Amino acid sequence: MESLMIILVGILVAIATYLILSRSVFRVIMGTAILSHAVHLLLLTVGGLKKGDVPIIGQADEAFTDALPQALILTAIVISFAVTAFLLVLAYRMYLTNGTDDFSQLGGKSDE
Amino acid sequence: MNNIIVLPMIVPIITAIFLVFLRDSIKLQRIISLITMVFVAVVSIVLLQLIQTEGILRLDFSGWAPPFGILFVADSFAVLLVLTASIVTAICLIYAFSTIGPRHERMFFYPFVLLLVAGVNGSFLTGDIFNLFVCFEVMLLASFALIALGGEKFQLREALKYVLINIVASWMFLLALAYLYGTLKTLNMAHISQRVAEVGQEPILTLVSLVFLIVFALKAGLLLFFWLPGSYSVPPTVVQALFAALLTKVGIYALFRTFTLMFPFDPEVTHTLIGIMAGLTIIAGCMGALSGHDVRTIATYNVVIGVGFILLALAIGTEEAMAGAVYYLIHDMIAKALLFLIIGTMVFLTGEIVVKNMSGLIRNYPLFGWLYFIVMCALVGIPPLSGFIGKVLIGQGAVETGSYVLLALGFGSSVIVLYSLLRIFLASFFGETSISEDDKKPIPRGAMVSFMLFALCIVGLGVGAEGIAVYVNDAAYTLVNPSVYVDAILNANE
Repeated sequence: MESLMIILVGILVAIATYLILSRSVFRVIMGTAILSHAVHLLLLTVGGLKKGDVPIIGQADEAFTDALPQALILTAIVISFAVTAFLLVLAYRMYLTNGTDDFSQLGGKSDE
Repeated sequence: MNNIIVLPMIVPIITAIFLVFLRDSIKLQRIISLITMVFVAVVSIVLLQLIQTEGILRLDFSGWAPPFGILFVADSFAVLLVLTASIVTAICLIYAFSTIGPRHERMFFYPFVLLLVAGVNGSFLTGDIFNLFVCFEVMLLASFALIALGGEKFQLREALKYVLINIVASWMFLLALAYLYGTLKTLNMAHISQRVAEVGQEPILTLVSLVFLIVFALKAGLLLFFWLPGSYSVPPTVVQALFAALLTKVGIYALFRTFTLMFPFDPEVTHTLIGIMAGLTIIAGCMGALSGHDVRTIATYNVVIGVGFILLALAIGTEEAMAGAVYYLIHDMIAKALLFLIIGTMVFLTGEIVVKNMSGLIRNYPLFGWLYFIVMCALVGIPPLSGFIGKVLIGQGAVETGSYVLLALGFGSSVIVLYSLLRIFLASFFGETSISEDDKKPIPRGAMVSFMLFALCIVGLGVGAEGIAVYVNDAAYTLVNPSVYVDAILNANE
């Protein structure tokens, strides 16, 4: 199962890299969103996909699942949600004022 | 008992939320935000004294003993930076009062500044590396909002690039955290340090540390500074000054913590690489500063040079160099803030950004001109100003370890800094004045007050270097002997 997850992470990172390297702003934003999902999955996988009891004292007699990766991912998902939302609004405003969503035209001149 | 440690982060956050509801009472917002920053500065002075008497302090949230819970750790290095950050922000706020304008003020400028400071202070104080990631994000989200505030065409364009680069860097940070958790199963920095010391720093751990190096290098502007000149020159002057003073320094702080506390055992790979990157950063920064035509570009490349210079000390790694780095970090935060404020005011006064098109400012604004002269001398490292002691100590460390290449690069960069800033001084301040008496805009009094306060800090830090030596030496001692830090967290008996 871990190997499958790692392969999935690899595929997601590849897709994200492809999207981030493209010229359209929207695709780049999608790329960062997918990259964040890939990293969350990786975090889950390296924490170990053990099957076990809930980590509560008195309820887990034997091996219990490590709950920390879930907690970390939850925090990271909230952050990624916030920054992606901000980024989409910013990109929309940028599109309205600059009139383009193509990175090759957003170089800017030094004399501004 | 040590609940005071959390105040530098929690007080700005609470105040920021509170200020959101005071949107229309701008005066009240100004007063409250300034009081908050002064309060945080006072708290950090108290903390510094406490550390002297009681050693490194820690606060375990919800009483979870380390290494299980999240904790804040206050050692001299962190608290000195918190103190400097608070002072710099307080003075920048005074500048903002008279210059930023009601349009920004009504769009939550002060809450965002306070949230930025909360993120910065949290990053300095946290003892848990995942918490460091969270504090980074608090700081970055506030900085995203500040850089885009105003909504000018070029501002939004550069803001988008800045945000994208930082988001990708953040996910790489999370990636490094995943690897770290996968190999060591802990996130407490002291515990990481202990476990790395126990198992030895194997190649896989060095690899993880290199991922951290890439992430923090992006944030600090160490070699990977391609995003910095563009994004630091678009927001309003006071935001530029805050960014130049605070943001890259957090990255530098994270690099120091990572490679002195957590991964110090493979210096042939990591510290050599940091040395090479710092050297290249200095060279590239010097080239940028020399080739710039406009004042803002020259100032932003001076930030890059400063980053390279401080990280030379990390590559050298002796206690003296570390003490120099702490001194230089404090100096650099103050001096860069003042430099950016002065440059921004020059642009405001003349309406020009190209060096050649300004002239004779010192005739109309003599005090302003000499303040620029002071900050220039401080950045070059002329005694008795604040840059001198840091440069001497880092240079001494370089001589001791025989790193003559780094020494030459570091001190060579001082000459370039002098040349690039002197060029502005000669071209823009001397010569025939281009502004007639009637067109002369007055410098706002609040701006003058903030310049004077910064200049006072620079002179004070230079002359009174001995006064904070005890704290700086303590900070350097802890950096060189990570076991002190680890013992205070994991082996303390309460």
